[in-house]
Parts: sequence; C-alpha cells; structure tokens
Amino acid sequence: MKGFFYYGNVKVNIHKKPLHLSPEHDSETSMSQKVLLNATEINIALHRLACQLIENHDTFENTVLIGIQPRGIFLAKRLKQLLEAHYKIKNIRLGYLDITFYRDDFRRSDKPLEANKTNIDFIVEDKKVVFIDDVLYTGRSIRSALTAIQSFGRPQEIELLVLIDRRFSRHLPIQPDYRGRQVDAIKNEKVKVCWKENDGEDAVYLVEK
Amino acid sequence: MSELSVNHLLGIKYITEADIQLIFETADHFKEVINRPIKKVPSLRDITIANLFFENSTRTRLSFELAEKRLSADVINFSAASSSVKKGETLIDTVNNILSMKVDMVVMRHPNPGAGVFLAKHINASIVNAGDGAHEHPTQALLDCFSIRERLGGVAGKKVVIVGDILHSRVALSNIFALQKLGASVKVCGPKTLIPKYIGELGVEVENNLNAALNWCDVANMLRVQNERMDSSYFPSTREYAQQYGLTKKRLDSLNKEIVIMHPGPINRGVEITSDVADSKQAIILDQVQNGVAIRMAVIYLLASKIKQYEDH
Repeated sequence: MKGFFYYGNVKVNIHKKPLHLSPEHDSETSMSQKVLLNATEINIALHRLACQLIENHDTFENTVLIGIQPRGIFLAKRLKQLLEAHYKIKNIRLGYLDITFYRDDFRRSDKPLEANKTNIDFIVEDKKVVFIDDVLYTGRSIRSALTAIQSFGRPQEIELLVLIDRRFSRHLPIQPDYRGRQVDAIKNEKVKVCWKENDGEDAVYLVEK
Repeated sequence: MSELSVNHLLGIKYITEADIQLIFETADHFKEVINRPIKKVPSLRDITIANLFFENSTRTRLSFELAEKRLSADVINFSAASSSVKKGETLIDTVNNILSMKVDMVVMRHPNPGAGVFLAKHINASIVNAGDGAHEHPTQALLDCFSIRERLGGVAGKKVVIVGDILHSRVALSNIFALQKLGASVKVCGPKTLIPKYIGELGVEVENNLNAALNWCDVANMLRVQNERMDSSYFPSTREYAQQYGLTKKRLDSLNKEIVIMHPGPINRGVEITSDVADSKQAIILDQVQNGVAIRMAVIYLLASKIKQYEDH
C-alpha cells in the first residue's frame, strides 16, 4: 500500500499518525472540549470509508450494512447516501440493530438500559455484513452485536467500520476493518460524535468528563 | 423515565401511567424480537423464575413460561394440584421453600384476592401477579390496552365497553384501572346481578342494554361467564344470557361503524360471543395472545433489571 488514497483530486494520507491528545496541550477550544474532526475532515473521512467499502464489496450485491443503535445509525445513513448519490451504487441494504438485550452489563450498571428499534428487513444468512458504529471503545458493544446478529441468520462474514477508533482501550480482542480516525484518549475523556441531522453540526469532540 | 416505579407487579392500581407507557415501549421491542428467526435474547440468563399456579390456567401459564424462556431465564413450574399444598402447607412456607433454592422472581396465580400483596410483604423476591381471585390480573389488562393501542393507534380518548361477568372478573377490574390511567373512557355492560354494586365509584358508567353500549364504544371487550366462580344463579339460563348479552353478527351488522372486538379467553362460543364474530377480522383475540408474550417479556425484563447483581447476597 502506498499510504495514500485518492478520491476526486484530493490526496488523503490514510496512514496518518494517530492524534496524541492531552488536556494541557489543548489550545483549540475551551479546556474541557477539543475538536478532533471538523465538518470538512469528517466529509473526507466519509468519502475514504465509502471508497474502501467499494474496494472490498464492489456492487454490494451480497453485502448488507448494519448500523448499531443508537449512535451508529447516523454514520450508516450517511455512508449509504454517499454510496448511492456520489458513487452511483444502487439498492444498498441498510438495517439497524439494537444490542440492548444482548449486553453483558444488564443488572450491573447504575442506569437502566434503554432499548432502541431494531429494523432489519432483509435476509442476513450468507451475506457479507458490515457493522457500522461511530466510536469503537471497549469493544463490548460489538461483542453484543456479534451475538445479536446471529438471531437473524448466519452471515458469510462480518466486518466492522467505525468513524473513531480509540486505541489502547479495548477490553476484548476486537479491531475495526475500516476506521475514520484513530485517537488516543484516556479513560476520563469522552469522544463525542455530532451529526448535522441530530446535533446541528458535523464534528467530533474530545470532552473531559 | 426508564425504570418502573415498583419492584413487583401486583396490580394496575399500584403502577403509574408512565410505568404503563414504559412497559408498552419495551414490549414494542420484544414484539420485534419474537418475530425474528431466532426468538430469544440472553438478557436474563442469570435469573431464575418460579411460576406458582395455585389455580388452573393454560394460556397465562404458557404465555409467562414462553416469555421467560425467550428472555433466557431459568424456569421452574409448580401447580397446586400436584404439590404439598394438598398436604396442608401454608403459602409462605411453600414459597420460602422454593425461594431457598435461589429463585429471583415469582409469578403467581392464586384463588385468593390479595395473595400477591401478602406475599410481597413477607418474602424477598420480585413478584408478578398472574391473577389473584376476583382482584387483579395486571398483565392481561396491559396486553389488552397494548392491543388496542396497536389496532387504533392509541388508548387515550377511546371508548371501551367491558361486557359480561364484571362481578367475578379480575380482568375487568385491571382493565378499568389501566384504561382510565391511559385516558380512555370505560363503560361496563351486563345483567344487574353480575355488576358490582359500587362500580360507579371507580368512575365507570353502567349500561344494561348491549346494543346501546355497542353503539357508544370503539372497542368491546367480551368477558367469559365464569360458571366456576358462581355460587348461585345470577341469570335464568345460558340461553337467555346469550340472547341479551351475546355478541352476534346480527348485532354487529346493525351498528353503523366497525368496532374492535376483544376477548381474554377462554371463549364460550355461542354464549358471550358467536363463532362467526370470534373468527371475524374485527376480532383481535389472537393478536391479544401474541401481544401477551411481548408484554410479559417486558414486565419480567423491567422488574428483573431492578434486581441488582450483588445487592441481595
């Protein structure tokens, strides 16, 4: 791999060094919140992720996209829209998967777990499934999603696409196949992904708790 | 609001409107789950539930057992007919013996009104009332309202008439509480002998004429005539009851609107409802049964989520 990726005339470095962030070097915004990605950078990342998906899945004939509820669905919808409108791929199948009833912290967390809608109106059996979520942190949500998807059939293979990959924070041996940006964040920091359609702007922030 | 305000489901009387809405929203998700190719989720795999049925039941017991299994709970069943209750054991002793085997939740049906409330005061487990005498049958009322919500898009503002044996019916009482909490108006209809004397104090109107009641309502919930609970004659004959209070095709055709027909089962065909009406498209009797599993999953899931992992031992 050359380390560069082209879409249109824009050259993007896909092996960009991970961002090393610490609060004392924080100068962009207030002390408690730092911009990791702005709208333009998110857009570039989305285009790159879309192209990487096309590389591996061609016409998406045997591929289905699954947005992980609740926050993964915005990224999933964006990618579907981009693939259809910009890259002219027709009939992309997108479903939403809620993992609440498969989580491993039922009766262990202080907050009650709230369920969201699952909507998968196609057959998953023998399909290539791409899980889509905004942030990969401990990997526990994806572990739950791997169990949950089995209720809909046996996929041929499952891949994982995330916008933000938090390194060194995994509790389980789960890694993404496609990532928008890798970040190093410590435990008491939170990565907040905002979407125009839900939060009024496209941006990714690192927030100190 | 994403937690129930109670630790037991003893009756609709004891829960709030917000609780009911939370149960409905959770049941929506479980209804989707039970229509998947694999109808099971692992949420309750470390919970053990005892189904204690001191009174006969098929539908409710199966529905609860299925709901528990769909949530991956471990289930033990007990029915009074084949147990030491016959040897004179008290209720608390029976239940404590079962609980000492590390049971987290008890689903109980009992012929005595208030059995669930009594048990909740004396034992340390979550209790779901699956019918206590002529008192309450909360999960039935929840699934009835859930079915109305599903068919008509909501419960608030709807007019519901409950027809038949109100006096012996726990379904009627729970339904009245649930419908009123959700903002529906309720009438009851039946022979005077089968209407409780003080029912008016619940804010329920009494209508003795079935045709008038049907003309008023959006939903008719037809109750079963409970011969087994009747200690004397409440009406002259089954035939006369069927003529006055039975729901027939002819009666429905005489209305200038289409109403929704419900029945909690088991049906006495030809008595409170004729076969052609029970099997018609207006009747949502089998939807009620399917929704029963989703509602019971929701109730058990929400109550189980309040049993904290390491608190109790």
